[in-house]
Amino acid sequence: MNQTKPNKEIYTISVLTTNKPGVLVRISLIFASRTYNIHSLVVSPVLDGRFSRMTIVAEGHPENLDQVIKHLNKLVDIIDTHQPKKSDSIEVELALFKLKYNPEKHPSLLQIIQHFKGKLLDLTDDSIVIQVSGKSSKIDACEKMLQPYDLIEVVRTGKVLMSRKTQNLTALSS
Amino acid sequence: MKKEMLNGAEALVKCLESHGVEYIFGHPGGAALPIFDALVDSPIKFILTRHEQGATHMADGYARSTGKVGVALVTSGPGATNTVTGLLTSHMDSVPIIVLSGQVISPMLGKNAFQEADITGITMSTVKHNYLVKDPNDIPRVIKESFLLANTKRPGPILIDLPKDVTSAPCEASLDAEVDLPGYNAEPLRPDKAGIAKMAELLAHAERPLILAGHGILISRAGEEIISLAEKLQAPVTNTLLGKGSFPETHPLSLGMLGMHGTAYANKALVRCDLIFSIGSRWDDRINGDNSRFCINAKKLHIDIDPSEINKIVKPDAYVIGDARTVLKELLPLIKSSDTKAWVKEVQGYKKKYPLDSKKKGGLKARNVIHQCYEIVKGQAIVTTDVGQHQMWAAQYFLTDKPHTWLSSGGSGTMGYGFPAAIGAQFGNPHERVIAIVGDGGFQMTLAELATVAIHKLPVKILIIDNKYLGMVRQWQELFFDDRLMGVDLEGNPDFIQLAKAYGIKGFRVRNNASVKKVLTEAMNYNEGPCLIHAEVMKEANVFPMIPAGQYADKMILKKPLTKMEKPTGST
Repeated sequence: MNQTKPNKEIYTISVLTTNKPGVLVRISLIFASRTYNIHSLVVSPVLDGRFSRMTIVAEGHPENLDQVIKHLNKLVDIIDTHQPKKSDSIEVELALFKLKYNPEKHPSLLQIIQHFKGKLLDLTDDSIVIQVSGKSSKIDACEKMLQPYDLIEVVRTGKVLMSRKTQNLTALSS
Repeated sequence: MKKEMLNGAEALVKCLESHGVEYIFGHPGGAALPIFDALVDSPIKFILTRHEQGATHMADGYARSTGKVGVALVTSGPGATNTVTGLLTSHMDSVPIIVLSGQVISPMLGKNAFQEADITGITMSTVKHNYLVKDPNDIPRVIKESFLLANTKRPGPILIDLPKDVTSAPCEASLDAEVDLPGYNAEPLRPDKAGIAKMAELLAHAERPLILAGHGILISRAGEEIISLAEKLQAPVTNTLLGKGSFPETHPLSLGMLGMHGTAYANKALVRCDLIFSIGSRWDDRINGDNSRFCINAKKLHIDIDPSEINKIVKPDAYVIGDARTVLKELLPLIKSSDTKAWVKEVQGYKKKYPLDSKKKGGLKARNVIHQCYEIVKGQAIVTTDVGQHQMWAAQYFLTDKPHTWLSSGGSGTMGYGFPAAIGAQFGNPHERVIAIVGDGGFQMTLAELATVAIHKLPVKILIIDNKYLGMVRQWQELFFDDRLMGVDLEGNPDFIQLAKAYGIKGFRVRNNASVKKVLTEAMNYNEGPCLIHAEVMKEANVFPMIPAGQYADKMILKKPLTKMEKPTGST
């Protein structure tokens, strides 16, 4: 039984659940007990707040993914769990970057911001805050580019997804 | 006159009544007082246990033996945490129980109030679902949902945490509430026709089919269908520990239990079969220690109601998600009778060549006591067990023919389960003979319930297999750890007969082969109340056959090997 485990991978999972206290604990237990690490988790209420949509990005062994999804679906509070197909979904993440303000580096910094279609949100005599949104890979690239500019703090929302297909959520509200 | 409004606790009790609850097993405490007050005016019989763990196992034994939901009621804090083992036991074995726990008043939640425990948080991974009720008007809905959840699809335990202010406050909601479970579909699934057709096709081509009968057959009540299937296919049937009773073990096609301590012939058949058909079993590591070698040349078929069991351990060649009975009903008409004469003959050969050891020479052997007990009652009994050597011997020698008459903690292996489970089973089946076969170790974990069994004069027969060891652990230390024994010695056990006497319970003692039959016959026919049979057996017997943990069935040993064994690779 000395099988070496395959490398971990990162998965995006979309969950539709009833909006009740404790649901998040039940969900995170399923990940934790199968040694999955949650990278980001975005929750927002849908349909009059009776339900919640979660987009979870988690890292773990591929062999456990099927069990994670099946056990999420088994939770009484969960209405649907699936792995959205990249081709069927729109993916967006938003990030805020705080950098040390440096007049010498400022022109080249502005070029980077422009390239990533970022916004300058705040500017003081010692710091500058930039907002960038787009695919998570784009944010990663932007973050890398900003490293030489005295990056002080990064806050990322985590990935949010929306299916291109029309889903009939209204059936649930009846 | 104005009709008085019910409070939460009264509404709760009324709802339990309307769901047909006959008994509640439990233990009171401050936070549960309103519920106890409401029970005073209810026809539901409250059975006071001596420990909350006992209450959960009684509810479990009641549920397994009747098919109905078992109910336990405890208070907050330690009362609630004492139910965790019982919840795990029911959860692992898919048993429908509901545990009601009192809780501190809602304004004090999360403030470390006296006897506060976050029991919904603690039990999340040992229940099918749980509730913390914050509004008395939710009580009727929560109760209705709990009964539905507990006993539909794959059954399991539900915990309902009830703050004292919620059970004390008026409940204005209708007792006939609507369930609100948008994430749970209790409707029976329509089995996948393509999967069924593929199963039929693979079965038609199998020359050496083997049916693996699991607990799911019992839960779905597919007893008749499984017999039809086996007979039509002329396929031998082996059962899991929890599958005992799903297919009569005295049937000519039965091979009894397979796995770690299963019969040699069942394990031989497993290694030789060219198709294995699991019905309501989860390919547990007690039967499949090494999945990389498990039946690699055999087609694997799987019926399970829980989609998460499909592909969890074994990748089936065909599977159907659904209730075993419904699926089998659709599969049966597609089954063609096949020629398996050579295979059945081969398997019968294993039965003759590798029978279970029944030699009686030497000292008093546990397995002989159990087998003798089986013969005396002609198998007519509900048997509960604890966990360990006696459990395996009971599984091997106490054949089970009827559904819901074998109650044993399989998945969680809970010592201390057997005796309270027998009490629950006796309450649910007052006219049946109930025997608790327990070890000296496990029995001492829950023996406080001797008071419960005595007070209610239940004719439970407690058969203590006393080898003054924690025998299964000792066996492992002997076989795998050079006989370096640690933490297994139970010398200094109480005199169990004297102990029984202290509770006013009739005691019988068995010390040698000569007296076994006579004493057991007397004990099995003693119905004035409970009785305890103290069987002082040989100290150092081992359970065989044995497949070391982490190994495939072809590594089965029938007796202690002369050479030193490697430490097992499996978890336990």
